[in-house]
Amino acid sequence: MSDRRWQGYLRADGRKGIRNLVLVVYTVECARHVAHEIANGEDGVHVIGFPGCYDNEYAIRLMLALARHPNVGGVLAVGLGCEYTQPRRIAEIVREAERPAEWFYIQEQGGTRSSIAHGKAMVSNLKVLVQSRARLAPMCWADLTVGAECGGSDATSGLAGNPVVGAFFDRLVDRGGRAIFEETVEMMGLRDVLLARAASPKAALEVAAAYDKAVRYCQSVHQYSVSPGNFAGGLTTIEEKSMGAVAKSGQRPIQGVIRVSQQPAGPGLWLLDSVPDEHFMQFGYTNPNDTEGLMDLLSAGSQILLFITGRGSVIGCPIAPLIKVTGNSQTYARMSEDMDFDAGRVLSGQVTLEQASEELMDLVAKVASGTPSKPEALGHREYFIMYKHQNTPSLEAGCRA
Amino acid sequence: MKRCLQIHPSDNVATLLEDAGAEEAGILGDRRNGTVVLREPVRMGHKVALQNIPKDCPVVKYGVTIGLSLCEIQEGDWVHLQNVRSQVDERSSAFDAVTGSAKDTTYE
Repeated sequence: MSDRRWQGYLRADGRKGIRNLVLVVYTVECARHVAHEIANGEDGVHVIGFPGCYDNEYAIRLMLALARHPNVGGVLAVGLGCEYTQPRRIAEIVREAERPAEWFYIQEQGGTRSSIAHGKAMVSNLKVLVQSRARLAPMCWADLTVGAECGGSDATSGLAGNPVVGAFFDRLVDRGGRAIFEETVEMMGLRDVLLARAASPKAALEVAAAYDKAVRYCQSVHQYSVSPGNFAGGLTTIEEKSMGAVAKSGQRPIQGVIRVSQQPAGPGLWLLDSVPDEHFMQFGYTNPNDTEGLMDLLSAGSQILLFITGRGSVIGCPIAPLIKVTGNSQTYARMSEDMDFDAGRVLSGQVTLEQASEELMDLVAKVASGTPSKPEALGHREYFIMYKHQNTPSLEAGCRA
Repeated sequence: MKRCLQIHPSDNVATLLEDAGAEEAGILGDRRNGTVVLREPVRMGHKVALQNIPKDCPVVKYGVTIGLSLCEIQEGDWVHLQNVRSQVDERSSAFDAVTGSAKDTTYE
């Protein structure tokens, strides 16, 4: 298992992709239909977009991180023509990253049909280019970044689903890979537990700052990340839910904290902070839905995402294959067309935690080698990019920061 | 026999792996074997006290304090919102223990 190798796509920045996709990026809601119609029926063409007409640095950074994701070989940016976000700049930045990119404005191209035809011609050209320019390279665990998130949790998530993913993360980190976990608002009451895992004094300062900000966020909105469904399922407090959620991070030291669209500086386990910054905390929600969190993990360069669910979920993701892990064997049986991995066998005693994490590692290697995950095969490509504020330089910079 | 899981040796609660009535349940976990007699029905995913817990004392799961006891809890009791409060979340005691519904929101 430790010497597993597969073929990947080497990018100019040194990162390697496990897919070689063309990404269509639209820059305002008005261009959404045309963008999706361009990608409709095209193999290996995914879509993301930003609905806002006014731009926002956080959203721009996120779109650029996704457009230069290692699994993306080329980009078509589509704008309406009067929005703030500039498709031309997106295409230029992708070209600077030595990947083919095109862009156009719908208003300059004509109407819906002519824009779709124009876009499809560009995409077909890009598909040829991403194949012909592909630099194949061997990949191993040390080339892989995996992000994990949980959603639709029940009591099995903290007992089986997340611990199995955590044990896999330990294996990945031990082999030189990068593992990313987030949801700092689901770490309430665990400040000491997290700080004890910091890899360095600098990492401890970063973890403490991210934790304290998450607490202030929850206090300022008077809401903790725990729901009636969680209570009904047996979770009593946010502290209990948090321990179950943090279990997906495994046991290895935390190397540091990254922000949305930042890349980990080296191998190991990293904590991703997606909570809005001070002054603007109530402008935008920290995790409005599961898909938003997956975008954050994607933005950090995760070539594969793990999604842990107890109650069941049918979401997927563009750009990176999403692997669904459930700790609930009944959910696995009921939703087997969507669930990739049954970690509930740990609870019934069929397999040990270690055996399950080894099986999960095998599945991750297969998906990295090209086998589609179930959501990927089903065509799930949900995305969600909204306004948020991180790295806010000052109050004066206002809502655009 | 129904099963419950004690995750950490210092835990004073275990999580039911299936719905159980007021009956004896086996305790799983690498570090503890034995049984606990449930004093009331406890549903899957919910917790049972493995020992008596005095009022205002830590309720421990995963080896960490997940809340404080609101009253004296006896071994075999169902441990949930009716007898535990969060140390963080000020809304903690405002939810129905069975349905989880918020009781502090006004509908009118």
